[in-house]
Amino acid sequence: MSQPLIAYTDVRKVFAGNVVAVDGVSLAVGKGEFLAIVGGSGSGKTTLLRLANRLIDADGGTIAVEGADVRALDPVALRRRIGYVFQSGALFPHLTVAANIGITPRLLGWTARDIAARVDELLELVRLDPTHRDRLPHELSGGQRQRVGVARALAAKPQIVLMDEPFGALDPLTRDALRDDFRALHEKLALTTVLITHDMTEALLLADRIAVMRAGKLLALGTPSELSKSGETYVAELLRTPRREAERLNALLPRGGTA
Amino acid sequence: MSLFTDARWGEALAHLPDYLGNHVRVSVAALALGLVVSLPLAVAARNAPLFRSVLLGIASVVQTVPGLALLALFYPLLLALASITLSWFGFSFSAFGFLPAVLALALYSMLPVLRNTITGLNGVDAALLEAARGVGMTPRQSLFSVELPLALPIIMAGIRTSAVWVIGTATLSTPIGQTSLGNYIFAGLQTQNWVFVLFGCLAAAVLALAVDQLLALIETGLRQRSRLRTALGILGMAALIAATLVPTMARSSSSYIVGAKTFAEQYVLSALIAERLRAAGLAASSREGLGSSVIYDALAANDVDVYVDYSGTLWLNQFHRTDTPSREQLLGELKGLLAKQNIILFGELGFENAYALVMPKARAEALGIRSIADLAAHSATLSIAGDYEFFSRPEWAALKQAYGLTFRTQRTMQPDFMYAAVASGEVDVIAGYTSDGLIAKYGLAVLDDPKHAIPPYDAIVLLSPKRAGDQALQAALKPLLGRIDIADMREANLRASGNDAASSPEAVARWLWDKVGKQ
Repeated sequence: MSQPLIAYTDVRKVFAGNVVAVDGVSLAVGKGEFLAIVGGSGSGKTTLLRLANRLIDADGGTIAVEGADVRALDPVALRRRIGYVFQSGALFPHLTVAANIGITPRLLGWTARDIAARVDELLELVRLDPTHRDRLPHELSGGQRQRVGVARALAAKPQIVLMDEPFGALDPLTRDALRDDFRALHEKLALTTVLITHDMTEALLLADRIAVMRAGKLLALGTPSELSKSGETYVAELLRTPRREAERLNALLPRGGTA
Repeated sequence: MSLFTDARWGEALAHLPDYLGNHVRVSVAALALGLVVSLPLAVAARNAPLFRSVLLGIASVVQTVPGLALLALFYPLLLALASITLSWFGFSFSAFGFLPAVLALALYSMLPVLRNTITGLNGVDAALLEAARGVGMTPRQSLFSVELPLALPIIMAGIRTSAVWVIGTATLSTPIGQTSLGNYIFAGLQTQNWVFVLFGCLAAAVLALAVDQLLALIETGLRQRSRLRTALGILGMAALIAATLVPTMARSSSSYIVGAKTFAEQYVLSALIAERLRAAGLAASSREGLGSSVIYDALAANDVDVYVDYSGTLWLNQFHRTDTPSREQLLGELKGLLAKQNIILFGELGFENAYALVMPKARAEALGIRSIADLAAHSATLSIAGDYEFFSRPEWAALKQAYGLTFRTQRTMQPDFMYAAVASGEVDVIAGYTSDGLIAKYGLAVLDDPKHAIPPYDAIVLLSPKRAGDQALQAALKPLLGRIDIADMREANLRASGNDAASSPEAVARWLWDKVGKQ
């Protein structure tokens, strides 16, 4: 791996009431990599993500983005150059699709013309009909909203995209389509992506490498095949479910059947 | 005569441009000032729990102060402030009318705006706040492009509540010298002109509804991002403000201001003075329904040019004298005291309007009561009623001390209802006014005051300092001096207390002039 784009070194985060959310985590995300962080609720996975663009600040250790310590960077400028896809979209309900997508370029002072051109480009990229341009978020389906969320994250042409359980609230068909589309975008735009999920199947299907977290600690890190060799029982437990599902589905839907 | 063909509707309508214009002006200014102060405070307080509770606590306390009291408090406050600025910085401002009304109403308007703005801002979804930070907004950008727009419907609801409150409460700014739709209500109440009272209430209600609906239009326009609705709402507000302000602006500012206190006789006398000025070719306008000390201070500050006061009232209330010299001596000394404040005692009208203890003639005879001294023997078993100020006035203290009066109960009443109450036996004695026409109407007896506990109350015309050398004004007023005797004034007051078109202060003033002017 060349110089990592995001590097966590011995990072620690404690919330009010002495809750240790992240406990001595070291982790490096390489350029162009798709990393999934898997864990249950309270494992500290979302906290780890939010530390990268300084939505929260660490209590110990260092976090470097493109080689620079984030504490030395202006948090607002840092966030404008990192795309962030929120759980269930978090689109601004009073702004149109176009205004939601163009928000970061507008904050960066792009001209109206450049923003409009970029919005058209992104609508095509996330495969949304251009007629949705002037709709308000409540007029869209859940899948369409999350496509707008992805377009908003990509608007200012970031190298890094952080995704916080972006596909969680969608129905299975929509989820599947969105996953494939996003993985394709990741390749096409040469993005570096960190995805948070509690779903090991999703992590296995999408990511190059998977980090497993539990109770604030990093339990395992590696490619799917490396993970399968892990001695951690929790990791083995997490991998058992997708494996069993795959076997059962194979038995139920034999190849060559007319499904 | 039916309610709707009553000529007083037309008379009320004639006052509308002036009263409504002033009402809108004071309400809009107060609301604007309230918003300018409340909105930044609410924004600053939304994430500071301690500041927030202190702020809302203060605003709630202000809200519990009755509107009339709040307005009344601002007058002496500003008066003191004006004298401080005069001695420190060499300039003064008028503490009369507009300024105290705007300040008090602005304070009154703050609670709904503060509460709704804080509630609205704190109600914005935390996920959206994080999204605003996540896309790279500064706290300021987040406030203006996410939080305030999302809280807008709730903030606007607060502004609408405020607007309705302010427009309603502004009717109470009449007694501190701000002309408003309250002039109808105060004048109507004092002169038993129910058409005026009704007209004032309706006008204030219609104005409040109109403003509320226009604000609602702006609100839905902003929420639905409909430029048309927003523009229509703003246009409507602007049109309303412009339409009500134009007649006010057009009015000559060089006209003489005639003041009147809060009772019928004062309305009649101010109408008479205004009519005399107009007959002499001078422009005159009235400021009616003013509090007793407000009107005096306003005259001293040149905010009012002329009004009728009573020698005993000034003697006791303004100069805090407790001795009761003879009539001529008191007038002479009073003239000197007033001159020290550059106020001109122009002359007496010819009658007295003193406080007097009054009871039904038959009852007094039955009990053998002719004077207050006789009354003292019976007072422990009797009840007394007086107007709002009587029992806190020095005359009452002097009476009690001189005759040793102790009544079974004492009640406060609207002066117009007092005479009917004593006539019907609901109370035994009232503190009435010697010039009141109802004394004759109800067959009441005025009890003698052998110890002269109550000073003489000659009706006197006072002129403001800046009218000292005004020959035209003085020539116009001269024919009134010494012409109005107690019988004429009683009859005029009785006419004014009627409930028909002939009982308007203007009509009674014309009758009075016909009676006394041709002598």
